[in-house]
Amino acid sequence: MSELDAFREEIRAWLDANCPAEMRLPVQDEDDMCWGGRKFVFKNAAQKTWLERCVAKGYTVPDWPVAYGGAGMTAPQAKVWREELARIGARLPLSSFGIWMLGPALLKFGTEEQKVHYLGQIARGEIRWCQGYSEPGSGSDLVSLQTFGEDRGDHWVVNGQKIWTSYADKADWIFCLVRTDKANKYQGISFLLFDMTTPGVTTKPIKLISGNSPFCETFFDNVVVPKHQIVGELNRGWDVAKYLLGHEREMISGAGGAERLNAIGAVVNRHGGIDNPVLRAELAQFDIDALAFAAMGEKFLDEAKVGRAHPAQPNMMKYAGTELNKRRHELLMAAGGSTALEWDSAETRGGAAARSWLRTKANSIEGGTSEVMLNVVAKRILDLPGA
Amino acid sequence: MPLFHTDDQAMLAETVTGFIAEQGAIKPQLRRLRDAGDATGHDPALWAQFAELGLTGILIAEADGGLGLGHVEAGIVLREIGRNLTPSPFLSSAVIGATALAEASSDLKGRYLPGIIAGQCVLALALDEGAKHRPERIAMTAERSGNGFRLNGAKQFVVHGTSADALIVAARTAGSADDRDGITLFAVPRDAAGIGHNAVRLVDSSIASHVRFDGVEVDGGTVIGDIDGGRALLDKVLAAGRVGAAAELTGVGSGAFAMTTAYLKTRKQFGRLIGEFQALQHRAAHLYGELEIADAAVIKAQQLLDGGSAQAEVMVSVAKAKASRAANLAVREGVQMHGGVGMTDEYDIGLYMKRDRALAEFLGDATYHADRVATLSGY
Repeated sequence: MSELDAFREEIRAWLDANCPAEMRLPVQDEDDMCWGGRKFVFKNAAQKTWLERCVAKGYTVPDWPVAYGGAGMTAPQAKVWREELARIGARLPLSSFGIWMLGPALLKFGTEEQKVHYLGQIARGEIRWCQGYSEPGSGSDLVSLQTFGEDRGDHWVVNGQKIWTSYADKADWIFCLVRTDKANKYQGISFLLFDMTTPGVTTKPIKLISGNSPFCETFFDNVVVPKHQIVGELNRGWDVAKYLLGHEREMISGAGGAERLNAIGAVVNRHGGIDNPVLRAELAQFDIDALAFAAMGEKFLDEAKVGRAHPAQPNMMKYAGTELNKRRHELLMAAGGSTALEWDSAETRGGAAARSWLRTKANSIEGGTSEVMLNVVAKRILDLPGA
Repeated sequence: MPLFHTDDQAMLAETVTGFIAEQGAIKPQLRRLRDAGDATGHDPALWAQFAELGLTGILIAEADGGLGLGHVEAGIVLREIGRNLTPSPFLSSAVIGATALAEASSDLKGRYLPGIIAGQCVLALALDEGAKHRPERIAMTAERSGNGFRLNGAKQFVVHGTSADALIVAARTAGSADDRDGITLFAVPRDAAGIGHNAVRLVDSSIASHVRFDGVEVDGGTVIGDIDGGRALLDKVLAAGRVGAAAELTGVGSGAFAMTTAYLKTRKQFGRLIGEFQALQHRAAHLYGELEIADAAVIKAQQLLDGGSAQAEVMVSVAKAKASRAANLAVREGVQMHGGVGMTDEYDIGLYMKRDRALAEFLGDATYHADRVATLSGY
């Protein structure tokens, strides 16, 4: 037996013994996921147990170093972990922007002290993070952001406004882009971390077309941020931001094996059948694209782990993955017919299909629009002139 | 297993890329053969060179004198064949023929495999009976006759049929046309009495045959695998051929794309390089993504097939369909972005468009495989 096979057996045995049955049921929506943080209320005892058991083994962040709360798995081992979770349909023990976005940036740009402190909190699910990037006047043109941090010796005083801050009302801390030099566009931004309970921070949820409010407006009124809470160098926050955006785009693309990569024809067929040959054909075309994109996600992750992926590849992944997910929900709505239109009936779990369909429309906007993604691919991968 | 080439596979790719780009290029091969009105369909000297590099034996077991490698390796060769539009019997002989013969008697293996390994023998698949690929329906009959069989029926789209030493023929030894069972595969010598070839040149300058079998007598030694139970072997042959054609299509797509992006960087209009226009940039970037995704689907299908996975069947159809769609987009955008010169015979981009069309049709087009994905998924 190869070492990897032995590892697989070990993981399999551990999962058999430790993953509660309730945590092997499909995730219906974001409410079923464990997000961690000070304000998080566990949905049931199994969710809490599952998190605690994984935290003890470093399995919430399996490929992070042990010193920072991970399990220190190699890339092939982490792939085995993902495959074994998928095999039994186990839910992720912990989902968070800390794991997917801030963590990778801290691993690359953080000081040793920051890594031990913040990464450990993320791995244990103690702190829930939100992202302060977009501003009312700075969407696709993010680098034009105006939120300003005035230097006051050992701290900055931050004033300004962020928008589209995901779950800001539920988050404990924010990683935030703040202008620290008004004379320099790209090299005048710093990457700051601060507590959302700091005096002067207020949030206001934004009601979306789905009727839900996953995003907030976030206001900063003379917010004091100590100097040691900067990641990377002063005025070089754009480098951190871009690196983190790569991970964000990878996350939104679904490359990590999200539900959106699954084929849907068989599921639709089980729930009421497909009696229309044109719908069947569209579902089949979708399934082909979804299964092919799932292979792309797997290939990208394999290549990224050994440094073979093009650094701009997440932009292509984000574009393709989000357009695919929008198509998925258009088809699910079409297949669902008038039932899928119901907005608040108990039978439809409060219009879950319709609300999810509307939610997906943001996929190709958040974290960089499809159009910006195509610009980046044209410039950085295809090297087209003037791009 | 990671979804990228191992070091050994990467080394093979490097060798093959250089070799085919040089020896199999469009000018010395496709254009030369086409313009000379060649009737063979390939250059025998080049086929022998494939053998010198050991490429012809990639899918043949070591026990049978081959390299005993897999579909990932065969796909490396096919991708480069696709990129250079090289007329080659590799897919029909070293992939489809070799996969069929892997389950043949040692006598039958001895008759053809050494020739394939040496780059001297060519095999062709005689399967389709109508204009569209529909292997679920096989009407051609093989009736028992003495110690052998008598073949009656017609096949078409038999690529490399006129130059093949033998045809791999799927015929019905029992049941009726739409039955799954009752199929037997034969290796029929090209010049067997009663065979009539009508060779036709296709849009991509390849040559395919309409083959008539009028009471063709073959002995029992030509049977490959089980009598009446040939469907499982045919499925294996088709999976190998389809994933191979998908790999070749990714090569066609990437060749057309490389040519097109190069053109976007040199052609000027309105005083600017046309690649500066965002309308073209976005289409090129979208196309890049589709080609990358098709590549991933193909290597995934190759690995699953090599690993004997139960998921291989559906993934092979995904790969063939996705590669067809992506390559088709690449050649259509290629001709459009080349503008007027894209319509001329002088520029190569049109040759990619023609090859894509023929390969997309071979062993089932994207709609056939979409239907198959739905069926295999239970809807």
